Amino acid sequence: MTKYVATALILFVLTLPGLAAEPNSAPEAKSPSLDIPDVNTIVNKANLVAYYQGEDGKAKVTMTITNKQGQKREREFIILRKDVNDGGDQKYFIYFQRPADVRRMVYMVHKHTELQKDDDRWLYLPALDLVKRVAAGDKRTSFVGSDFLYEDVSGRSLAEDTHELIETTDDLFVIKNVPKKADSVEFSYYNVSIDRKTYVPMKMDYFDKEGKLYRIIESKKIEVIQEFPTVVISEVRDLKTGSKTEMEFGNVKYNINLNEEIFTERYLRQPPREATR
Amino acid sequence: MIRLRHTLIVVVIAATAYSLPASAQNDNQNTLDSFLRELPVEMHGFYEIRSGYRLRKDKYEKDMSVMETRLQVDLASSLDWADLKVKGDVIGDMVTEQADFDLREANIFARPTDFMDIKVGRQILTWGTGDLLFINDLFPKDWQSFFIGRDTEYLKAPSDAAKVSLFSDFVNLDIVYTPQFDLDRFISGERISYWNSNLGRLAGRDAIQGTNKPNRWFRDDEIAARLYKNINNYELAFYGYRGYWKSPGGQNAARNQAIFPDLNVYGASIRGAVGKGIGNFEFGYYESDDDQSGKNPLVNNSELRFLAGYTQEIGRDFTAGFQYYVEHMLDYGQHKDSMPVGLDRDRNRHVATVRLTKLLMNQNLRCSLFTYYSPSDKDVYMRPNLNYKATDSLALEAGANIFFGDYPSTFFSQFQNNTNIYVALRYSF
Repeated sequence: MTKYVATALILFVLTLPGLAAEPNSAPEAKSPSLDIPDVNTIVNKANLVAYYQGEDGKAKVTMTITNKQGQKREREFIILRKDVNDGGDQKYFIYFQRPADVRRMVYMVHKHTELQKDDDRWLYLPALDLVKRVAAGDKRTSFVGSDFLYEDVSGRSLAEDTHELIETTDDLFVIKNVPKKADSVEFSYYNVSIDRKTYVPMKMDYFDKEGKLYRIIESKKIEVIQEFPTVVISEVRDLKTGSKTEMEFGNVKYNINLNEEIFTERYLRQPPREATR
Repeated sequence: MIRLRHTLIVVVIAATAYSLPASAQNDNQNTLDSFLRELPVEMHGFYEIRSGYRLRKDKYEKDMSVMETRLQVDLASSLDWADLKVKGDVIGDMVTEQADFDLREANIFARPTDFMDIKVGRQILTWGTGDLLFINDLFPKDWQSFFIGRDTEYLKAPSDAAKVSLFSDFVNLDIVYTPQFDLDRFISGERISYWNSNLGRLAGRDAIQGTNKPNRWFRDDEIAARLYKNINNYELAFYGYRGYWKSPGGQNAARNQAIFPDLNVYGASIRGAVGKGIGNFEFGYYESDDDQSGKNPLVNNSELRFLAGYTQEIGRDFTAGFQYYVEHMLDYGQHKDSMPVGLDRDRNRHVATVRLTKLLMNQNLRCSLFTYYSPSDKDVYMRPNLNYKATDSLALEAGANIFFGDYPSTFFSQFQNNTNIYVALRYSF
């Protein structure tokens, strides 16, 4: 518990200077080279901001997948998250509401950040009352048929890549990330542009094995919710297929004191009120 | 029938009530609105057309294996103290030439305390670790729907039961009480031809199996329990069941009726990560209580049943699952002595299954093949299926149920003439 409080405090403190600095950010911008943290500090902070805000959280997610021909498909689900430890293991509970054929399905993940340990995943199929264990899979496959990948949704372990600060602008740190195991992924590297004040990852550019840009994730809209800078609209574009997916986070709440028990079979079979309301 | 009609009326009224707020304009509507806020009802469901044919001539059955339109309506209401659910299918069935109503669920769920969940009423129940193989799951199955190519959802027939679940840090317990025996919707000859051992030949609509089922309320009841615990995401469970063979487990020779003798089952299972995939193991001891010694040729002998399975992702959006299953007859000597020569069974029935599932076209096309193969019976049952989501609400499906084998009477081989293909179109709302 104290760990969570400490984390919350750290995040709170982290976000404060950013907010406070906003009105008089111009003079500070004159000396961008001053107090640039080292690259590990930057990626750690950005990882916490992107995936570990608060000790738990909830959002209603609407995904709109638009293919090259302009046809749209929608996904709507409630996502509940609880951190086991900050920057480390997490639990996710995803309750589908749309489309109609997957309504009431639940997808649950116990995410493990240790490199050798696969995530534990479950799927609940309500029409059969079936709790299915899902084999650990390639994390770089599509999440529910969208252009987002599993790894985009639950985070990529920092230990999988080497990180290099390649550019510092007035507003952004640009980090180049190269996978340690090149053959385990479809990209050769990706660059992440991180907001210097909030540490929110604003843009991610993925380059293929030939060094060509083929995939872009952008944070389109940021809101400060309960002191936490939060990406509320994110969009991914696949330049190869011409498809894109927009993901909108509504009704975002942090530190709602989710019961640990929610992430067990009991609630898979009968979802908690937090997921249905 | 009258009760069914009432249920239908309730469904229609509720559906109408649901659709009204959209046009709410005046005070009356506002009153209705506030009433509905008190009792918020969600309505969903699907409309489906499904059509299938036999690929072989079956002189005991129609050429159509399935030909139906189906409307499923699912009403759910969440109150402060409970969740209510009613789900039913209205079916126009051209094979039986009947209109039918199948009430799938009608239950009330409550979480009265931190450590207890209760669900009472008609409900679908599943537990155990097998994939389309069941040992400790003794809830009713609908084998007829399964073999004619309905959606897999229909393999599970509803139970009229009360389920009480108790939770603690140490262990969890589910108890399901069914006051009146819920049997399987088993192969009776009505839609699927089968091997009739009395006639010594295949049979179908000419010899629909008569049954004598235990059906006294609170006396011919069933009780099933599961004690389970998750240890580092290895799911360990113990099971117990006291009831009846769910599909006919014996015969009343004098009346030529299939019977459902007493059955007790004790078992256990474990499931968890093994290497890159998921492994599971399950066993059950089937104690055929009406024939403890195995001497009665007209009642199933006791059995041990084992199952081991493994599932792994073998490529992008490509999963393979393998299972091995054994039914081992106990008191085999008694069985052999009591049966006429040639009618005795093998001591062990072995079944291997393979499931292959591949997702294509942004996961909108699912290709799957599930195969049962019995090396002891020398027969095979294959279930290929293609499911394409044309839009978020419209899905197209095509598949087949293919049976073959060396002998006319073995478990899957007896259904050879029922080999069928089907197509379906489903609109979900």
